[in-house]
Amino acid sequence: MDFVQNFPFISILLSLFSGPLTSILNGKWAKRVNTLVITVIGFLSGAVLFYVLGTGEAFVYRMGHFPAPWGNEIRVGVLEGFMALFFCAVMLLCMLGGSAEREREIEDSKQNLYYIMVNLLLCSLLALIYTNDLFTAYVFVEINTISACGLIMIKQNGRTIEAAVRYMIMSLLGSGLLLLGICFLYDLTGHLLMSNIKEAVAELAATGQYHVPLFLSLGLISVGLAIKSALYPFHAWLPDAYGYSTVSSAAILSSLVSKGYIFLLVKIFYRVIGFSVVCDSKVINVLFVFGVIGMIMGSVSAIKEGEIRRMIAFSSVAQIGYIYMGFGLGTEEGIVASVYHILSHCATKSLLFVAASGLTDASGGSRKFPDLTGAGYRNKLAGVAFTVGSLSMVGFPMFSGFISKLLFAQAAMEHDRKMMITLVALAISTVLNAIYFMKTVIRIYTPAAKGYAHPDSRRIPLGEQPDKNLALVFFILLNVMLGLNSEPIVELIRKGLGMFS
Amino acid sequence: MNVSNLINNYPEAVAMILFGIGFSNLLLQKNLIKKIIGLNIMDTATYLFLALKGYIFQRKAPVVVDGITQAEHYVNPIPSGLVLTGIVVSVSVTALMLSLTIRLYRRYHTLDLDEITTRIRKEEN
Repeated sequence: MDFVQNFPFISILLSLFSGPLTSILNGKWAKRVNTLVITVIGFLSGAVLFYVLGTGEAFVYRMGHFPAPWGNEIRVGVLEGFMALFFCAVMLLCMLGGSAEREREIEDSKQNLYYIMVNLLLCSLLALIYTNDLFTAYVFVEINTISACGLIMIKQNGRTIEAAVRYMIMSLLGSGLLLLGICFLYDLTGHLLMSNIKEAVAELAATGQYHVPLFLSLGLISVGLAIKSALYPFHAWLPDAYGYSTVSSAAILSSLVSKGYIFLLVKIFYRVIGFSVVCDSKVINVLFVFGVIGMIMGSVSAIKEGEIRRMIAFSSVAQIGYIYMGFGLGTEEGIVASVYHILSHCATKSLLFVAASGLTDASGGSRKFPDLTGAGYRNKLAGVAFTVGSLSMVGFPMFSGFISKLLFAQAAMEHDRKMMITLVALAISTVLNAIYFMKTVIRIYTPAAKGYAHPDSRRIPLGEQPDKNLALVFFILLNVMLGLNSEPIVELIRKGLGMFS
Repeated sequence: MNVSNLINNYPEAVAMILFGIGFSNLLLQKNLIKKIIGLNIMDTATYLFLALKGYIFQRKAPVVVDGITQAEHYVNPIPSGLVLTGIVVSVSVTALMLSLTIRLYRRYHTLDLDEITTRIRKEEN
């Protein structure tokens, strides 16, 4: 066994144990440890990715060397390694971009608690990405929920606590359904390891035995994870949670937490149930319908919204709709498009949240649209970054959002019945996206009339917020890289999905 | 689908009914404490279901006492392990929810979630 194969396990342990470590440090040192841990784990994930690309096949790491049906396993292929690397990079940038807000908005005595939550969140995300065991996945889903709740409520006011309660309630409903689905699968197959379950499920599907319970469990798992990742009718908690928490929390929640659940769902589709069985079921049609409705309704709510942070939050609902619509197509191409959109949305949404915080800083802390007039002139880099993010969300060529829309449209072409619906929904949703994002971009580049600007609005020079500006520059580069250099990444996703089975 | 199946497997049916009760309470109740009670009923129903599935009629708990080591004499220990893990998870989640409820109650003097929302709106305007 090569030493690199230990890296996934080491990264999970490293982030898990850095949590308790940061609890005894003060805020400043906790921040340093946290940055160091995320960076180190990023490098470890990169090494794992290169290793897997080199050998060309996925490897299995057995915990405690117990053989297959009994032990707990970690399984790493190209896609897992890439996701871990990408999540680390985005998380590092989110933490960097929101550091000034965190110091301002969180009480001094609670600074280090924030980093415990972030470390645990990273740990659970890595475990969701790497694990090969369904019950382990459930446990880490719950850890993910608890730490995400901590990230929301760390900024202490009534709004955030209420948002945290609503978030917890929806999440717990989702995890209840997920747990029940996992229990059904365990009863049907007698296994908890994904590879073993898949063999048993293939046998059941071939003989037609236990048809109803099998699809019931698939439905429960899908709906559970859909609730947790805020698919359209279950999104009520989302605008408050993203809109009122501190910036790095909002960015991490929208770009990483919900994506972790969606990635787990992709893994369950491919590695537990088997993709052909999933495609034969009616479950994907349900996901398709709700995805399409979400694409449109999320954008409509965003248009009606009167403040910038909640508008970006509602836009997330629409983007999650895109991802589930890709699942609903039921083709390999659809999943590739969805996974690419996970990356694209990850890079863009966190950019938008950080840029929006730069714009509100220049407008006296107000998030209302009238006060943001001319904010693009007062904070130049944030204005540019917000424009880049908006163009990417709308699907302007050169940026990542364009490629994902293209991939969705191409995937839809292969499908007879769903083609028209998908294309029409894509078109409508793009127009709606353009309405609210371009409205905001025009707003921030309209010179403010004298006397109408917010009394506390001021010009922020480039040097005043070095952390945030650095993060914004990297986010823009990440977006352009995903947009211009999409071919190898799509190829990598295909290869990774191939390694799943 | 025949009724005799349902009657033969009545413990599982009870577990599912309990799950439904807990789920709808967590979703629909306005009172936060009742929501948390719903959460606990829901989780417990799942553990009941798991424990039922792990039990094999006329076998004993997998603890070796009289030197009997054949697996045929014991029930499946894995569901019990899963139930234990699940209980740990649900205890921590319940504790978190209760602490959030205490926070909200101290601030707004009510447990009704909708009422809390209206009070927050009022506070801001």
